[in-house]
Amino acid sequence: MNGALNIALAALILGLAVWSVIAREILAAIIGFVAYGLLLTLVWVQLQGIDVALTEAAIGGGLTGILLFGAAARLRDSATAPDAEPAPARVRWLAASVSAAVSAGLIICVFSLPDPAPTLAPAVAANIAVTEVGNPITAVLLAFRAMDTLLEAIVLVFALIGVWSLAADTVWGGRPGQRPVGDPNGMLTYAARILPPLGLMIGAYIFWVGADYPGGKFQGATLLAAMWLLILLAGLSDAPRIDRPALRIGLVLGPLAFIAIGLAGMLTAGSVLAYPDGFAKPLIVTIELALLPSLTLVLGLLLLGTPERSDEQ
Amino acid sequence: MSAATLFGICAALLIGLGLYGLIASPNPLRKILAFNFVGSGVFLLLGSIARRGAAAGMGGDPVPQALLITGIVVAFSATALAVALLLRLAAVTGSATLAEVQPAQVHEHADGA
Repeated sequence: MNGALNIALAALILGLAVWSVIAREILAAIIGFVAYGLLLTLVWVQLQGIDVALTEAAIGGGLTGILLFGAAARLRDSATAPDAEPAPARVRWLAASVSAAVSAGLIICVFSLPDPAPTLAPAVAANIAVTEVGNPITAVLLAFRAMDTLLEAIVLVFALIGVWSLAADTVWGGRPGQRPVGDPNGMLTYAARILPPLGLMIGAYIFWVGADYPGGKFQGATLLAAMWLLILLAGLSDAPRIDRPALRIGLVLGPLAFIAIGLAGMLTAGSVLAYPDGFAKPLIVTIELALLPSLTLVLGLLLLGTPERSDEQ
Repeated sequence: MSAATLFGICAALLIGLGLYGLIASPNPLRKILAFNFVGSGVFLLLGSIARRGAAAGMGGDPVPQALLITGIVVAFSATALAVALLLRLAAVTGSATLAEVQPAQVHEHADGA
């Protein structure tokens, strides 16, 4: 039964991927991508990666889908040149043979993976008690491989700086995106009034249970960012000016708290990003709590994009 | 065939498919989309390897799974940066294409951001 389900899932996601790559209309391709992301979530559940499934649903399909939809709509509005002419047949055949060779090579690799598979699961199981968190993924993210997570939080801020720095000189420091035109009686406005309290609660819950069960700051922050974006899209509120000091402090607060606690580990526990005995869980929760608002802001602002209007306009 | 092997093959095909789209699609937004398929294929491959490492009562090796979460978030930030670059390109040159743009044309639209 499970086997048949898996084969059907694999066939569906491959079918959707083919559809997305060859669809004529870019919007159809993006719709295919979002559906693909949702089905991929089921694949992650089948692969026993519930935390990954939550992240994929929230970010892989959700946020990336909205980002691409927004870009497609903007590019259609602005008087852009018609789609460049398709690549010549020679290039397409060459691309197809290169891709087929890469896929074939990878399939050979899949079948020649070592058996029994190397795994760090026993090492994690043996040491998880020290961190006092119950979810092994959280233990890896914030204790065993905390450096990765720290660098990731910083990479997100760098990406946002990159997006912002594309602003034209005249609108530097202004607000991203176009001014939303809300319809006070529209369905979107209704949803933006009803959903955020629920979304906030679910986001906070997913964040809080992350210590012991699947969930955590990334998934929670994505939900909170989605609620913020919903309010902005409905025109109930406007995007912030990017030169607001409070906004910038909020953006770097999480990474800075992470760095501070990491450096403090040198004095209290003898190495960077180490936690003193008995303080692991409170410190992990503190870092997650500090990262949550920063991640929410970064994810939301990455989606809103480059500043495009100053207040005088 | 185990789920790990099945989805491993699926991941290999997704990477090939994305690679084809990346090379063959002339539209930059479609290249970004295809690039996301390559990325998600790589994630799926790593996920199927993580599944094979199930041990100690865990359904998969938690270390690659945690790296996957990091990877998915970073992939999103890279996509956001790519989309921002594309929108800026369209604003400055008036067309979202990777074809050669005449320098004069760029100058003409440079203030219309």
